[in-house]
Amino acid sequence: MKRILLAAMTTTALLASAGAGFSKDTLTVGEVLEPPGLDPTAGAASAIRRVTYSNIYEGLVRIDGQGNLKPGLAESWTTSPDELTYTFKLRQNVKFHDGTPFDCAIVKFSYDRATAPDSTNAQKGLFEPIAKTECPDPSTAVVTLKRPTSTFLFGMGWGDAVMMAPGSAATNKTKPVGTGAFRFKRWVQGDRVELERNPDYWGTPAKLAGVTFRFISDPSAAAAAVLAGDIDAFPEFPAPELLERFKADNRLQVEVGTTAGKVVFVLNNARKPFDDVKVRRALAHAIDRKALVDAISSGYGALIGSHYTPVDPGYLDLNSVYPYDVAKAKALLAEAGVKPGTVMTIVLPPPAYSRRGGEIIAGMLSQVGLQVNLVPMEFAQWLDQVFKRSDYETTIIGHTEARDLDIYARDTYYFNYQNPEYKALYKAYTEAKDETQRIELLGKLQRKLSDDEPNVFLYALPKIGVWDKKVQGLWKNLPIPANDLTAASWAN
Amino acid sequence: MLSYASGRLMSLVLTTLAASAVVFVLMQVLPGDPAAVMLGVNAQPDTLLALQKQLGLDRPLWIRYLTWIGSFVIGDFGTSYTYSVPVGELIAPRVMVTLPLALMAMTLSVAVAIPVGVFAASRRGRVGDVASMGVAQIGVAVPNFWLGLLLILFFALKLGWFPASGFGGWENGLWPGLRSLILPAVALALPLAAILSRVTRSSVIETLSEDFVRTARAKGLTRTAALWRHAVPNALIPVVTIIGLQFSFLLAGTIIIENVFNLPGLGRLVFQSIAQRDLITVQSLVTLLAASVIAVNFLVDLAYGFIDPRLAQGGER
Repeated sequence: MKRILLAAMTTTALLASAGAGFSKDTLTVGEVLEPPGLDPTAGAASAIRRVTYSNIYEGLVRIDGQGNLKPGLAESWTTSPDELTYTFKLRQNVKFHDGTPFDCAIVKFSYDRATAPDSTNAQKGLFEPIAKTECPDPSTAVVTLKRPTSTFLFGMGWGDAVMMAPGSAATNKTKPVGTGAFRFKRWVQGDRVELERNPDYWGTPAKLAGVTFRFISDPSAAAAAVLAGDIDAFPEFPAPELLERFKADNRLQVEVGTTAGKVVFVLNNARKPFDDVKVRRALAHAIDRKALVDAISSGYGALIGSHYTPVDPGYLDLNSVYPYDVAKAKALLAEAGVKPGTVMTIVLPPPAYSRRGGEIIAGMLSQVGLQVNLVPMEFAQWLDQVFKRSDYETTIIGHTEARDLDIYARDTYYFNYQNPEYKALYKAYTEAKDETQRIELLGKLQRKLSDDEPNVFLYALPKIGVWDKKVQGLWKNLPIPANDLTAASWAN
Repeated sequence: MLSYASGRLMSLVLTTLAASAVVFVLMQVLPGDPAAVMLGVNAQPDTLLALQKQLGLDRPLWIRYLTWIGSFVIGDFGTSYTYSVPVGELIAPRVMVTLPLALMAMTLSVAVAIPVGVFAASRRGRVGDVASMGVAQIGVAVPNFWLGLLLILFFALKLGWFPASGFGGWENGLWPGLRSLILPAVALALPLAAILSRVTRSSVIETLSEDFVRTARAKGLTRTAALWRHAVPNALIPVVTIIGLQFSFLLAGTIIIENVFNLPGLGRLVFQSIAQRDLITVQSLVTLLAASVIAVNFLVDLAYGFIDPRLAQGGER
C-alpha cells in the first residue's frame, strides 16, 4: 500500500513538473495577504485590488501595466473645453456576471454611491470633484465636475472606481459580481480565492480557464511553495533575500520591476526640531540610501528624491540633491541648534522595510550624534496613534497610492507639512489644461518637495516577481495595486 | 461522582463568562479602530464615521458587550467586520483543520511519550535511559516552528512526500487532508512528547520505589508485570495533568505552526483577525478557545476521578 502511494505521488510530481502531454490552462498565484472582503469600493486594502482589479471588476477606464490610461467600459470619452464636463461613450452589450446589463444607470449608481454621505469608499476624495452624473441616453454618461481636475480620469481607473450593479453591490464583499473577464467561483476563507473564465465577456476572452489565488503570509512557507511548484506565480514576493535561490532554479523566472509605492522616513513637521528645514535636510544628508536599500531589500528598489517614482509621468531624478555627507549633516544640525546626544524616536510598523530600515537608520543617525529610540508598533495601533492622532516624532512607512502628491497639499495630514506655495502649485496642477503645463507643474511640485524635504524620501518599493518560466503575460511593474491576469497564459 | 461533576461544570460556565469579559475589555483597550484599519491612509473623517456607524461601533461599550455575549450564548457569534460573513461560518471550516491537527499531535505525543518514558524508567541509569532522555532533552529545547521548517525542507522539498504548505481539503478525500496535516502534527507533537516522556519517566520511577510495588514483586510478579499492572497506572495522575496543560500549549502552538505550514485553521484566523482589528471575531474565537481549554481541564478533573476513585468521593482534592 505504502509503495503504491509513493509511486502515485512520485508520478503526480513528475507530471506536474514536466507538464507532460497536456497544456495547462489554470494558474495558481501566490499572494502574501488575504483580502478582507472582495469589494474594492468598501476597503483600502491593496489585497482586494490584487485579486479583483480588471479580473472581476472594471471601471469606465483602466490602467495598464505601464501606468497608461486605457478605455475600459467606456470605449471613448471627450472633455469639454472648460474641463468641467466628461462625456463617456459606453460599450454596448456588456453584461454583469449575473446577467444584469451595463448601461449609464449603472455608472450613475456607482458614482452616486461613492459620493453619498453614508459612503464607505476608502478613496472618497477621488470622487469629491464630481458635481453630478447624468444619462442623456443609456450608452452615454455625462459627468460634470465642480472644478477642473486633471487627476480625475486617472482616479476613475483605480480599483475604488469600478462599476457595480445595484442588485449586487451590497453582497460584493463576499460574492463579487462584476463585468470582468473572470467571474468569481469560490472563496475558501483563510486559504484561497478561485476565479473562472467568463464565457460571456464583452472583449477578448481570458486565455486561462481558471485562476486560484493562494494566501501565504510566511516568507519561508511562500518560498517553499514556489520551489515545490505548488504556486505557479508569486507576483510580489515578500523576501528579496531569497531571490538568489530562485535564480539558481532554471524552472523559475525572476522579474524585478518597480511599483508606485514610496518608502518614506516620515517626520512630524509640527514637532521640534523637525519643524526646522535645516534639521530635515540634515537627516537627508545623514542617511546613506544606497546602503539602506542594499540592506533592506538586497539592492532592489530605485532611490527617490521626492514623493514620486520613476513609473509616474513627469518623473524628475532628484537623487543628487542630498548626497550622503556626514560632515554636512552635522554642520546643519549644529546650525539648527540640535545638540549632539539629542534623543529622537522612530515608530516602526510591521513591514520589513520599516523594522529593518529603522535599525539601519538608527545606526546612521548615531554617526551624526543623534540618539534614536526605536518603537515597534502593530499596524492598527500605528493607524490610530501616528496616522490619526499625529502623536509621534518620526516613522518609516510605505505610501503605496500612485501619484499621491495631493497628501502634501492637505490641510490636515499626519506629517503636518503646511506650505502655501506647495498648495498653490498643487492647485495649479489639478487645474492645468494641457499636458505640457501639467508635466511642468509636476516637475515644480517634485522640486518643491525635495527643497523643503518635509520627509526623507528613501526609495520606490520594488515589485519582485517570481514565476514559472512558461507563464506569460504578467506585469513587470506595478503602477497601481493590481494583478491583471486577463492576458496571462502558459507557453506551449 | 455526580455532585463532583456538576460542581466542576458550574465552575466551567463561570470561568468561561469571566474569560469572555476579560477578552472583551482587552480588545477595547487595545489601540486601533477597526474602521480605520479597513479604510486605510486615505480615508476621510466622514467616511470613517459612516463605517463606524455601519459596524455598530458608535454604541456604548456595555451595550455592545451585552448584545455580543447574549447572542454568543445562543450560538450566534456575530458578523465578522472584515469578511462580512457570520463568525460561525468562518470558524466551522477552520475547526475541521485545527481539531484534527490538535488530535493528531496529541495522539502522536502520547503514543510516543508514554512508552519511551516507561522504558526509560525501567532502564533507569542504563544506556537506554540516558540515550532516550538525551534525545528528549533536545526535543524540549527545539522550537516547534524551526522543527516545522526542517521537516518541510527534508520531507516536502527534498523527498516530495508531503506538500510544502497549504491544506489539501477534506472535500478531496481523506488522504489529501491527512497528508497535509502530518508534518505540522509531527512538528507540534515532538516537543510535547519530549516533555511528556520526561514527566512519565520521573513519575514511574517514583512509583517504582513505593511499598506496594515491592509487595507486588514479593508476592511473585515479574518485573514487567509489576511495572505495567501496578506502577504505571499509579503513575498516571501527573501524566494526565501534564496532558491537560499541554492542550493549551497545543492551541498556542497551532497559531505558529499554522502560519509556518500555511494551514487555514483557527490559529491563523486568530492571528489575522487581531492584526485587522476584527474585534468581534477575535472576541468570539478567544472565548471559544478559552472555553475549550476550560472544558479539557474539566475532562482532566473527571479523569482524576476515574484514575483515583478517592478523589471523586472526597469531592475536593
